[in-house]
Amino acid sequence: MAERAALEELVKLQGERVRGLKQQKASADLIEEEVGKLLKLKAQLGPDESKQKFVLKTPKGTRDYSPRQMAVREKVFDVIIRCFKRHGAEVIDTPVFELKETLMGKYGEDSKLIYDLKDQGGELLSLRYDLTVPFARYLAMNKLTNIKRYHIAKVYRRDNPAMTRGRYREFYQCDFDIAGNFDPMIPDAECLKIMCEILSSLQIGDFLVKVNDRRILDGMFAICGVSDSKFRTICSSVDKLDKVTTQAVLLQTPAQAGEEPLGVGSVAAGGRYDGLVGMFDPKGRKVPCVGLSIGVERIFSIVEQRLEALEEKVRTTETQVLVASAQKKLLEERLKLVSELWDAGIKAELLYKKNPKLLNQLQYCEEAGIPLVAIIGEQELKDGVIKLRSVTSREEVREAGRKTFNFYYGYFIDYYWQKWPDTTPFTYKALGA
Amino acid sequence: MAERAALEELVKLQGERVRGLKQQKASADLIEEEVGKLLKLKAQLGPDESKQKFVLKTPKETLMGKYGEDSKLIYDLKDQGGELLSLRYDLTVPFARYLAMNKLTNIKRYHIAKVYRRDNPAMTRGRYREFYQCDFDIAGNFDPMIPDAECLKIMCEILSSLQIGDFLVKVNDRRILDGMFAICGVSDSKFRTICSSVDKLDKVSWEEVKNEMVGEKGLAPEVADRIGDYVQQHGGVSLVEQLLQDPKLSQNKQALEGLGDLKLLFEYLTLFGIDDKISFDLSLARGLDYYTGVIYEAVLLQTPAQAGEEPLGVGSVAAGGRYDGLVGMFDPKGRKVPCVGLSIGVERIFSIVEQRLEALEEKVRTTETQVLVASAQKKLLEERLKLVSELWDAGIKAELLYKKNPKLLNQLQYCEEAGIPLVAIIGEQELKDGVIKLRSVTSREEVNVRREDLVEEIKRRTGQPLCIC
Repeated sequence: MAERAALEELVKLQGERVRGLKQQKASADLIEEEVGKLLKLKAQLGPDESKQKFVLKTPKGTRDYSPRQMAVREKVFDVIIRCFKRHGAEVIDTPVFELKETLMGKYGEDSKLIYDLKDQGGELLSLRYDLTVPFARYLAMNKLTNIKRYHIAKVYRRDNPAMTRGRYREFYQCDFDIAGNFDPMIPDAECLKIMCEILSSLQIGDFLVKVNDRRILDGMFAICGVSDSKFRTICSSVDKLDKVTTQAVLLQTPAQAGEEPLGVGSVAAGGRYDGLVGMFDPKGRKVPCVGLSIGVERIFSIVEQRLEALEEKVRTTETQVLVASAQKKLLEERLKLVSELWDAGIKAELLYKKNPKLLNQLQYCEEAGIPLVAIIGEQELKDGVIKLRSVTSREEVREAGRKTFNFYYGYFIDYYWQKWPDTTPFTYKALGA
Repeated sequence: MAERAALEELVKLQGERVRGLKQQKASADLIEEEVGKLLKLKAQLGPDESKQKFVLKTPKETLMGKYGEDSKLIYDLKDQGGELLSLRYDLTVPFARYLAMNKLTNIKRYHIAKVYRRDNPAMTRGRYREFYQCDFDIAGNFDPMIPDAECLKIMCEILSSLQIGDFLVKVNDRRILDGMFAICGVSDSKFRTICSSVDKLDKVSWEEVKNEMVGEKGLAPEVADRIGDYVQQHGGVSLVEQLLQDPKLSQNKQALEGLGDLKLLFEYLTLFGIDDKISFDLSLARGLDYYTGVIYEAVLLQTPAQAGEEPLGVGSVAAGGRYDGLVGMFDPKGRKVPCVGLSIGVERIFSIVEQRLEALEEKVRTTETQVLVASAQKKLLEERLKLVSELWDAGIKAELLYKKNPKLLNQLQYCEEAGIPLVAIIGEQELKDGVIKLRSVTSREEVNVRREDLVEEIKRRTGQPLCIC
């Protein structure tokens, strides 16, 4: 033990020595020699003991969303939220963790997949497993008897992740529910209408919505002679759906060669669950609910796949114009102009360089998909004009007087946007618009 | 050594056993028992040996260096036999981890998401354990102060657009503070604690601050006085120029660097048209743990305070600065990626806006519904369902009551409560005539519209373009 402690101390001292040498910018040879000594010492500690500074990764079953993936996500959410709003839904949000007791007993066997927070001396908490139980808790807590709401948020399940198949431990759920005592089947029908509107608008292929009813299943099993005790194992549907259940499946899924087709299985599901809120209400007061959940993670994958197949370039910004300079010493002018454009609500950028080359600025536009470039040049400055150029066609769209430019900026940008539709941001082609 | 290796091997085998049982979907009891054994074995290895703790996979040691004492406020997840995890405390560390992980050398990104702190919540003052952060950062090696200036421009644009009142952005520089304290005679070890005292100048008098520094923190009175000469100053670019001429400060290399950068910054801010909103304030000294250059903080000048209540919004609504060393802490090769950014204090802004709406007695709509499809008599549900579906298919935001035979009065009342501006009334006579009555809910004016013209008429009245958006 003492031997080990001594070894660790040596490693520490040698590490400091190496750092010191680097700071003093000692000779490369000397540094290399001392680093060699450090590594030898660490090796003596044993491979498992060397302090692994860190492993750069996200937790198992989770992922970062890159700008490109965010662009897809934003578009998909946009389609979905538009639909929810079209049907008059309000939106709520709830905390990512709930009291452990709120979630206990609601998920049957799946309860073992719940992430618990460490007991740090306060309330015992767990990460939400879905959005439905928090919704029921919200209704009961606020004594609401009716609401039509959507909720888009991440949920957490300690599952076996299969990230290539879109199965994560942290993933988005996209729920819409109508709670309240209403005349039969009208809200249920609206939920199905919403599901169809969304799946059509997303243009991910033909789909079919399967519908059944728990009571029909129960009755059918009963007359076929299935004993009560076997019910749960025979149907794999979630405990809470006690009446109408729906599931939307894609009929034609884009499959890569040799790979299991993504999106096999459902992209949306839902149903009626009249008993859940009553489990939370102190008086056991029931609030009938019917709702749906869109499987957005699967849809992200499908849309991403589709964009790749079409070799569509996805824009990750919405910048309309780059403010550029043709010669040196024009930074001040660029800063002034870009500021005017921002103040007018135009989406503009400039390179963070004092004297950028024009070619580099144009290249930047091409990579980012920026459609227009406003070029400031010495001669043009004297003449009081700015050159506005289309990046793709290289055509000079306008040499506008500075005052005119400022006044008509919006007009120009919209006009040339329409004239060169291939310069529109994030292609809607994949989403069919 | 061998003992340890054997222990580690046992942990590995037990871990595999647990995984196997879970895969086979063995009984919950059996799994729990074996997990318990695994945890016991791990405990024997000792806490330092347990696999790295991460906030989104960041080791606790790194966090300790960054968050310091605050790391006790991090929410940990229970050890359930897998990786040890924690909930993110802010968005900056995840950002640095993301940059290092993807070996990115430059990016301009925003990130709006919730973060988690086991703080003492004070919900009336907008301090929660789960709250939104709203970050914008520019990472990369660029020509000096241009991205820094853009960050300040963005802060000003946002605070102006939100219309929550006049504001001021205080600006300072870590290097100026370091240099200033050095020439005043503050020892390195007292740096942080003196900073936190100086930072209180925006709330309390210099006398109180001096008393705290001398009386509680053991600073020599002469040193405190020297500090006082500097930190009570604030102004525009002229103050920067004045300090550049200061005989003592100009001898300090760090302070000179900071002042030089601030001078350049002010030039750019003038070109951006926001110099009148910026104040170079030598008492700005908060949140310095990872800032390496310019730092800034936006405060509201006039806060809407309810009678008798502590004015909300005292304190900052946005803050940020340059932090060149953070990504290097994550990169395995220590490769540096300079960063500058800002964070908008949205929870505070939410409170201010909510307060304002209440004061103005503004009714906030919670839906965007444009028209309610209603029926004037009984037995018209089918017609309502057909019509509302046509409206939805045309992209119009419409609703109907989930009742077979609702009373017209109730339907109108629903519109008034929800703020729905139009109601399309189906009536027996109108059906025969092929028209729908379109009524404005507020003015009660009605007009008969032909069924085929209804969509266009609604779009015209609601200012919607004719194509489907």
